[in-house]
Amino acid sequence: MPEYQNVFTRVQIRGPAEMGVPLDNHIWPRQEQTFFSYWLGKIGDAQVGPFYLGTTGLLSLICGFVAIEVIGLNMWASVNWSPVEFVRQLPWLALEPPSPEYGLRIPPLREGGWWLIAGFFLTASILLWWLRMYRRAKALGMGTHVAWAFASAIWLYLVLGLIRPVMLGSWSEAVPFGIFPHLDWTAAFSIRYGNLYYNPFHMLSIVFLYGSVLLFAMHGATILAVSRYGGDREVEQIVDRGTASERAALFWRWTMGFNASMESIHRWAWWFAVLCPLTGGIGILLTGTVVDNWFLWGVKHGLVPEYPQVFPAIEDPAMSLGDSP
Amino acid sequence: MIEQFRAIGPGPVLCVLLVLFLGGCERPPPDATQQGFRGTGMLEVINPRLLEEKIAAISIPDPLPPVQASGATAGEIYENVQVLGDMDLAEFTRFMAAMTAWIAPEEGCAYCHAGTDFAAEGVYTKTVSRRMIEMTRHINAGWTDHVGTTGVTCYTCHQGQIVPAEMWWTQDPGLRTARGLTAGTAGQNRPAANAGLSSLPADPFGPYLLGNTDIRVHTMQALPDGTPLPATKQTEETYSLMMHISEALGVNCTYCHNSQHFAGWEGNSPNRVTAWHGIRMTRELNNDYLEPLAQTLPEERLGPSGDAPKINCTTCHRGLNKPLNGANMLQFHPELIGAN
Repeated sequence: MPEYQNVFTRVQIRGPAEMGVPLDNHIWPRQEQTFFSYWLGKIGDAQVGPFYLGTTGLLSLICGFVAIEVIGLNMWASVNWSPVEFVRQLPWLALEPPSPEYGLRIPPLREGGWWLIAGFFLTASILLWWLRMYRRAKALGMGTHVAWAFASAIWLYLVLGLIRPVMLGSWSEAVPFGIFPHLDWTAAFSIRYGNLYYNPFHMLSIVFLYGSVLLFAMHGATILAVSRYGGDREVEQIVDRGTASERAALFWRWTMGFNASMESIHRWAWWFAVLCPLTGGIGILLTGTVVDNWFLWGVKHGLVPEYPQVFPAIEDPAMSLGDSP
Repeated sequence: MIEQFRAIGPGPVLCVLLVLFLGGCERPPPDATQQGFRGTGMLEVINPRLLEEKIAAISIPDPLPPVQASGATAGEIYENVQVLGDMDLAEFTRFMAAMTAWIAPEEGCAYCHAGTDFAAEGVYTKTVSRRMIEMTRHINAGWTDHVGTTGVTCYTCHQGQIVPAEMWWTQDPGLRTARGLTAGTAGQNRPAANAGLSSLPADPFGPYLLGNTDIRVHTMQALPDGTPLPATKQTEETYSLMMHISEALGVNCTYCHNSQHFAGWEGNSPNRVTAWHGIRMTRELNNDYLEPLAQTLPEERLGPSGDAPKINCTTCHRGLNKPLNGANMLQFHPELIGAN
C-alpha cells in the first residue's frame, strides 16, 4: 500500500474531478473540463482545472499577449527575423526604453515607442490580473491576502518602470525588457547611484528576501517533520492543537527558545514576502530622486565604516591635471 | 510512449538543461587573493588554469647579442634615416634585425625596403614602420605613468605578426538589421564580444578610446541638486569599457576599484591610476598615430568604413595584467626611449 513520504511522495490521487464549492455569485460559468497530469502530480495536485477565465482574465491575457508580441517581435526583428539567431541570442535580446533626449515625450516607434506600448499593455495585463485575483478571492469568500501580496510585487514593478521614470522626467531611466539586459541594467543602476548596498531600503529588502527563504525552509521542514502526527493538517491544528503542533513548538523552543504558533508562522511568512518588494520599491524610488550617491549618503550619516588604508594613498589623476573630477 | 518516458524519468532532460545553462561558464576553481583590508571584498580573482594558458600563448624572443659601437652614426652612413639617424650604425643595424624578427620574420627586410635601396621611399610599410617607431619612443618617454620602466617594444603588440592580432576598426556593430518601424537596439543587447559577452553596449572603443566621451557617470554628491544627471544608460556605456579592460587584463573589478564605491579614489589600488593613464594613452595614440595612417595604408588594411586599425587594451595585454607577463624587452633596446 502506498503511503505519503515526508520528503518526496509518490502518491497520486485519481478519481472523479473535484469541482470545488458550489458558487452562485459568479458571472462566467467555470469551464467544466478537467484532466489529470502524471507529471504535475509529481509536484502538486494531479488534477488540472476547472479554469475560470472571466472578463478580467480574458482581457489580461489579451493585453499580456500584445505585450509579449511587441517585445518578442521587436527582439526577433533585431536579429533580422532569423529564427535560429532568435533562439541562440534570446537571453541577450531586449526592447530598450527611449534614450534620455526624449524625456517623457512619446518617441518614434523605433526609438522607444514600442517600449512604451509594450509597457502599457504589460501594466494593463498585470493590473487586470490583480483585479481578477481579488475578485476570485471574494467570489470564494476568501480573504484577499494573495491579491495584496501580488500588489506588493506590482508596486516594485511600477516604481521601476513608471513612477521613478516619471519623477525623474525621463523614460530612459526605466528598465529594458530582456533577460540579460535587465540584469546589466540593474548592475549599472547600482554603480551609477554609488552602490545600492548602502541604501537602507535595499538592505531591508534583502533582509526580507533572505528572511523569506529562511522562514519558508523552517516552516516547510517543520510541517514535513511532524506530518506523521498529522501536522500537515495545519488549519485544523491552528484551532485544535494536536501532538504534531506541540512537538513542533517544543522542538523550536528547545533549539532557539521561541516558537511561532501554527497560525502566526503564516503571518510571518506573508509579511516577510510582502515587505521584500515593498521596501525594495521604496529604495528604488528614493534613488536618483532624493539620493544621488548612496555611498556618500552613507558617509554623511555615519553608515559607512572606515577601514585602515592598505594600499598606498593615491589621488584622482584627473584632479592634478585640472580636469573635471 | 508515455510509459517509456515514465520509465526513463526526467533525468536526461535535466542533464540537457544543466549543460545548456552551465555550458558557457568558466571552469572553476579560481584563486581569490586578498589585496585590501580583510572583509572588504578587495580580492584579486584569477583562474590559474586560464592564466597558465595565457602565459603559454606568449613567447619572449631572446635578445640579440650586444654589438660593438662602430663609431659612425646611422645617419652618416645611410641616406634618409629620419628617426634614428643619431644612433650608432652597429646598434642601428641590430635594431633593424630585431624589428624584423619581431614583426616580419618571414618576409624579412624586403617587407619594408624596396630591394637593396634601403633609402627609397614608396613602400607603405616603411612609412608605417617609421611612424610606429616614433610612437614607441613616444610611449616609452611620455607615458611612463602607464608603461613604467618596463616600457614597450614593437614585440609587445606585434608578437611576430605584421598586424597585431588584437586591433579594432570602426564598424557598424550590425546590431540593427531589420529595418522599418521595428525598435532599435541602442547599440546593445547582443552578445558583446568586446564587453565580456554581456548585453552591454557593443562598442566601448569608439566613444572612449578614440572619442573623448566622459567615462565618469557619478556626481560625487550625496543628494541631487537639480542639475541634469548622467543616466543609467550612460553608465552602461562606461560599464562596457570597464568590461573590456577587465577582459583585456584578465582581472576583476576590485583589481583597481574600491569595492565600497567604484567612483571614489579613496582606498583604491594604485592599479587604477595606471589604468587611468592607460585609457588616455590609448586614446592619444589612436588619434595621433594610428588613425592618421589611414592615408598611408592600402585598402586591405582598412576597416569597413575606411579607417586605420586601432589599438585597445587587449592589443598589448592579451588577458594579462602586464603585457608579455611583465617581460622587460626594452632594456635591450634603449633606442626605443624617445626624448621626453
